[in-house]
Amino acid sequence: MQQTRSVEIGTGLFVLLGMSALFFMTTQTTGGEKFSASETFEVEASFENVGSLKPRAPVSMSGVTIGRVTDVTFDPVALEARVTLIIDSQYDQIPDDSDASILTAGLLGSQYIGLQAGGSDTFLENGSEIYFTQSAIVLENLIGKFLVSSGSGGDE
Amino acid sequence: MKGLLRDIYNNVLEFVRTFGAFQLFFLRIIRHSPRIVLRRPGLVIKQIHNTGALSLVIIMVCGFFVGGVLGLQGYSNLARFNAEDSVGTVVALALIKELGPVITALLFAGRAGTALSSEIGLMKATDQLSAMEMMAVNPVRRVLVPRFLGGVVAMPLLVAIFTCTGLFGAHVVAVDLLSVDVGAFWQQMQLSVDIKDIREGVLKSFVFGIVASLLAVWEGYNAIPTAEGVGRATTRTVVITAISVLILDFMITAVML
Repeated sequence: MQQTRSVEIGTGLFVLLGMSALFFMTTQTTGGEKFSASETFEVEASFENVGSLKPRAPVSMSGVTIGRVTDVTFDPVALEARVTLIIDSQYDQIPDDSDASILTAGLLGSQYIGLQAGGSDTFLENGSEIYFTQSAIVLENLIGKFLVSSGSGGDE
Repeated sequence: MKGLLRDIYNNVLEFVRTFGAFQLFFLRIIRHSPRIVLRRPGLVIKQIHNTGALSLVIIMVCGFFVGGVLGLQGYSNLARFNAEDSVGTVVALALIKELGPVITALLFAGRAGTALSSEIGLMKATDQLSAMEMMAVNPVRRVLVPRFLGGVVAMPLLVAIFTCTGLFGAHVVAVDLLSVDVGAFWQQMQLSVDIKDIREGVLKSFVFGIVASLLAVWEGYNAIPTAEGVGRATTRTVVITAISVLILDFMITAVML
């Protein structure tokens, strides 16, 4: 009887340890950019160049995640990228002249959209559009600009 | 020439027959499983103890050092690009998706699989299985099924424990010894590990658990009932489990990508 008891205790401890390891794995190693809001509203924005922005990328304001990107498409008429964002409904007082820029988290990080508050009295709501946008910085363009400017600087 | 062709034909046929017998054996084990779980859960618990709880030491020690070496290698290579903060990402993805399930399965084959097949093989060699049949006890149900189920339950838990001790080992090496920033270590990891990656790892651990336990039980049950036969069955368990685990790992990864 004593034998079975110790076997059962050992097994119980093992299973508990395994379960907690599984729990630790699912909760602690994942979900840095978790965003879940029950109610959201949709906003659109056009960008000249979205770089490597992907759906599910976070939308943040002052460094706090307030929404995420749901769709990135190309508009064949305007010849620009259309980005659809959803924003948590509790943030319903974002001025509608705020500007959206595509930023990179860290040197090797993924890209996200940063919103910078404007000064308007009307607010972003479902279906509104962000007019002031700033494209992603593409390294090749940057290097190109740098070469051109340093070349012209040498002539003077 | 004709003899050679016939030999090849016979060998191929024999291989196909063994493979088919293996599938039927699997179905037989599955068919008996629900009854054992419902009526004699004690037998399964005892086997979870044998295969799982008693493998904890080897799993945790190996996990710690595998994580540690990943941290060390990751750090020294990433430091060339000034990206040593990403060491958490590298270690976590490697452990969760690949090394956790695969190394645990190989260790499981070495620690628990050999024990299972030699135990069953020895039972067969000493006529215990025949004795059971004489007493109208079905040895498949009484001996094989609990051992199989014990392995299937123990494997995913062992993989989770291996992965967590690995992360701990990497944390000790990277954060405590090489002074990577602790916040960067975890944040980079959390940014890049998706729940999809964990699902892949867990799926692998279930598949490997089924394969490793089934092969161990099968080899033991089909061992030639002599001292040499049992020894050979034990060896075959490790060899075949290692090969099938690595092939399956490749296939699952290819499908999940």
